[in-house]
Amino acid sequence: MTRTRSSESDEDSSPTTTGGGGGRGRTEMRVIVPLQGVVQGRGGLVLGSVIPCALFYLLQLYFKRHRSEPTPPPQTLTEVSELNRSLSRTHLSPRGSSAPACVSTRANSIVKSSDSPFYVGLKRVSEDPYDELSNPEGVIQLGLAENKLSLDLARDWLAETAKDSILSGGGSSGPLSMAGIANYQASDGLVELKVAVAGFMSQVMERSISFNPSQIVLTAGATPAIEILSFCLADTGNAFLVPTPYYPSFDRDLKWRTGVEIIPVPCRSADNFNLSISALDLAFDQGKKRGLKVRGIVISNPSNPVGNLLNRETIYTLVDFAREKNIHIISNEIFAGSTHGSEEFVSMAEIIDSEDLDRDRVHIVYGLSKDLCLPGFKVGVIYSSNENVLAAAKKLSRFSSISAPTQCLVISMLSDIRFIQKFIQTNRERLQRMYTKFVAGLKQLGIECMRSSGGFYCWADMRGLIRSYSEKGELELWNKLLNIAKINVTPGSSCHCIEPGWFHCCFTTLTEQDISVVMERIRKNNITFFLGFGCYSDTIKSSSHVPLQLFCFSPSYFFSLVP
Amino acid sequence: MRLIVPLQGVVQGRGGLILGSIIPGALYYFFQLYLKRCRSAKPNSNPPSPSSSSAQLADLSRSSSRSNLSSRGSVGPVRVSARANSIAKPNASPYYIGLEMASEDPYDRFDNPDGIMQLGLSENRLSLDLIETWILENLERSMIGGADGHLNISGIATYQPLDGMMEMKIAVAGFMSQVMGTTVSFDPSRLVLTSGATPAIETLCFCLADQGNAFLVPTPYYPGFDRDMKWRTGVELIPVHCRSSDNFALSVTALDQAFNQARKRGQKVRGILISNPSNPIGNMLNKETLYSLLDFAREKNIHIISDEIFAGSTYGSEEFVSMAEILESEDFDKNRVHIIYGLSKDLSLPGFRVGVIYSFNTSVLAAAKKLARFSSVSAPTQRILISMLSDTRFIQRYIETTRERIKKMYVAFAAGLKQLGIECTKSSAGLYCWADMSGLIRPYNEKGELELWDKLLKIGKINITPGSACHCIEPGWFRCCFTMLAEEDIPVVIKRIQRVVET
Repeated sequence: MTRTRSSESDEDSSPTTTGGGGGRGRTEMRVIVPLQGVVQGRGGLVLGSVIPCALFYLLQLYFKRHRSEPTPPPQTLTEVSELNRSLSRTHLSPRGSSAPACVSTRANSIVKSSDSPFYVGLKRVSEDPYDELSNPEGVIQLGLAENKLSLDLARDWLAETAKDSILSGGGSSGPLSMAGIANYQASDGLVELKVAVAGFMSQVMERSISFNPSQIVLTAGATPAIEILSFCLADTGNAFLVPTPYYPSFDRDLKWRTGVEIIPVPCRSADNFNLSISALDLAFDQGKKRGLKVRGIVISNPSNPVGNLLNRETIYTLVDFAREKNIHIISNEIFAGSTHGSEEFVSMAEIIDSEDLDRDRVHIVYGLSKDLCLPGFKVGVIYSSNENVLAAAKKLSRFSSISAPTQCLVISMLSDIRFIQKFIQTNRERLQRMYTKFVAGLKQLGIECMRSSGGFYCWADMRGLIRSYSEKGELELWNKLLNIAKINVTPGSSCHCIEPGWFHCCFTTLTEQDISVVMERIRKNNITFFLGFGCYSDTIKSSSHVPLQLFCFSPSYFFSLVP
Repeated sequence: MRLIVPLQGVVQGRGGLILGSIIPGALYYFFQLYLKRCRSAKPNSNPPSPSSSSAQLADLSRSSSRSNLSSRGSVGPVRVSARANSIAKPNASPYYIGLEMASEDPYDRFDNPDGIMQLGLSENRLSLDLIETWILENLERSMIGGADGHLNISGIATYQPLDGMMEMKIAVAGFMSQVMGTTVSFDPSRLVLTSGATPAIETLCFCLADQGNAFLVPTPYYPGFDRDMKWRTGVELIPVHCRSSDNFALSVTALDQAFNQARKRGQKVRGILISNPSNPIGNMLNKETLYSLLDFAREKNIHIISDEIFAGSTYGSEEFVSMAEILESEDFDKNRVHIIYGLSKDLSLPGFRVGVIYSFNTSVLAAAKKLARFSSVSAPTQRILISMLSDTRFIQRYIETTRERIKKMYVAFAAGLKQLGIECTKSSAGLYCWADMSGLIRPYNEKGELELWDKLLKIGKINITPGSACHCIEPGWFRCCFTMLAEEDIPVVIKRIQRVVET
């Protein structure tokens, strides 16, 4: 509006000045009606007041049309202007070639949404992946939370039983049932799979919590599970509180199609990145002040990317907070079984299990991608006791159901209790060993990690290595690691971490031998860092990457990578 | 001085001139604002089904006052979103009620001969034996991998491209050309794979229209569109009625009329959604109609979504023409055409959940690829299908056999209905027929139709889909899917219908 007003006065003043005789008219005919100088005589009054009004109106129109094109958000505006445009178009050329059909504003914003370093790095790796033998110069993947440590176990099992389990419809024995895999099935998952998943979840969480299969909705991966919960708990324009640093894809999963906002709740290194209720409270109030309606809190436990666990006390204060504000809690527990410390994992399911009224506000997201190392299978879980949420989620699962052959496969895999027991145990041991080795390796280089006891990653403190203590410095280091050292890690800024210099490194796609390669590459990169301070000769001798380094330091290249 | 400046009479004196010209200007401006606001509010309140955005508005204001009232005290149960509430409501459509009832008490020739016969679900069980044989022979090879018998675990268990593996896209593109029987070739790089055609439709809807926009949909249409297109996207469907007097063929004049009416209501139409071969009628759009549709879309500058999921399930003499074929042969604006496909019908594998978006529009493809993260196909399934679809000899035989079997069933089923005096519209594709039971309903309206449906379901124990569930404007039409039946079941169905009709 202010823009309109100021330019309106421009428009008004310019005709007065251009209307040469304005000065004379001013003394006689009272100045005020604009254009009096131009259109003289008695009719001048009429025209003098009609013309500015008309101009004003046209100016309005002009602005409306212009403004609606670049900025999508005000939908009603675009609607009106679009209508006008296509109308006149068709009049002009009823048959001729017309403008290209435009896609929806939301599709446009999804297409345009610049990829954060998280996605840039993933893409880079997929183009040039490291392989010990065939591509030793490739980029090493430390950015994708995928566990390849126990793939051999899954492979052995599949090689033995895959065929039978699909053909028998998931049952351990029995006749071939094509109908069980080819036909339409319940879109929210086969009951047998729900039972099996519920059993697996209690086994993984190692406590006496039992999960009720009828409170489970299965989806094609945890990603749609999160999106469906977001659809069910919040309307367009509502918001979720999310403690930072958080998993970078929440920005897509919670927001893209749902129109829901995320209010980051900063956690700090001084508190070991633990969640504080006062920060939540502050963010809640700020959201309210901005007119945002907060509908819930989204937490990851074990946290991704930090890897710490919420203790029981925090969980109960969190529930108290949610009750006080009357909001929901989405607890993403997808790493529940991938713990490697001595700390005890406490699931939100304890709350759901209780008879309390609060059980209706707690919803758990789970999946088999992490704890069973099967991200390709795309099996996600919503666990809730809120009847409305369950009913809606069941219906929405039509948009992301799991294919039946996969379900049969997973049913028999999960029903093989002995295999699962062995798998969980072995996987934990391997995870623990990798974690210890990786952290020790980083420590030798002078890089400390946050103490963590869950997840496939560590949260490394490279504040000492960044040139300027800012997001820019962090991204510079990230860029160097990616392009010179050829290591893809996730910078804290992608996780909305408020402090620069923290990096998320997943070590479970590596083999043990790879760790030393990573450390070697970082060590070299460290030297190149001091390049700016005069240790030039070392690098020139040792590395063939010098032209690339210089290239990387040029700002244009840097910004082309990091939007 | 005199008279001409409005309000001169009110604000007198010298300053009168200033105020006299500023005030009308300002008034005019506010008038504009007011009109604009009114007009944009209208589409929200106009249609009978409350669109979600207006529900949200109500919700926002209401709940914020709620939290003000009781900020500390004991709070009521936590509420879910307005959209979840409207989705969670129990099914009202007879389509879903029938499906549910039939699934609770399914007919089986031996185990449950008094159960409900399912003629409401368009699923093809006629050729399951072929698939079964193939799977028995090849499953191990397709999943476990190459000739050396070494399981390539990372091809199954690890993260894969969310919009489908490239090998899978190539295989699906090949299958599509094979199925469409003509010389159309599909470019694998224009494919996005989703977990079923349902999310494919929804994804396209997200990409082509914003909340409050609308699509024109010729009626009768597939009842699932009401969920797929509207639920989460906030998009409206405008029915464009086709009539029995035209054999339910699509007319561009009706489209034009619906388009203009929508515009008058202030609704922005973003596209047309057609199914070809049509579901529930089973007729196909000929080249002529496709051309005029493309012309219409260009004239109005809107998109076309063509749902061709039954493309391979044809049994008549008529030839199926895909939108892709038209676009390849002539110089049309390809950017506005998007095709939906899937393996649920033509390959009889709805349980595998594989849907396809085929688009010529690069922005749509880019957005759909990113949105595929919410509905990707699981890797083991892709592995099985890659080798199944690459087995062209099997596929060829499969397509031919299935067509023959559908045809045989169609003939037998339509003949059975004819014995009862029930005629079906001439159809040449699909897994169903569109039966005219208007002579059997009393009164001749939707109520009569639903009464007959209810009697067929509860007394006759047959679940068919009433035309009203498909938004058909004429009462008395029913969709009957015959591919869930075995041939021996047809006399049973006919007998059951007869029993209901005669009482």
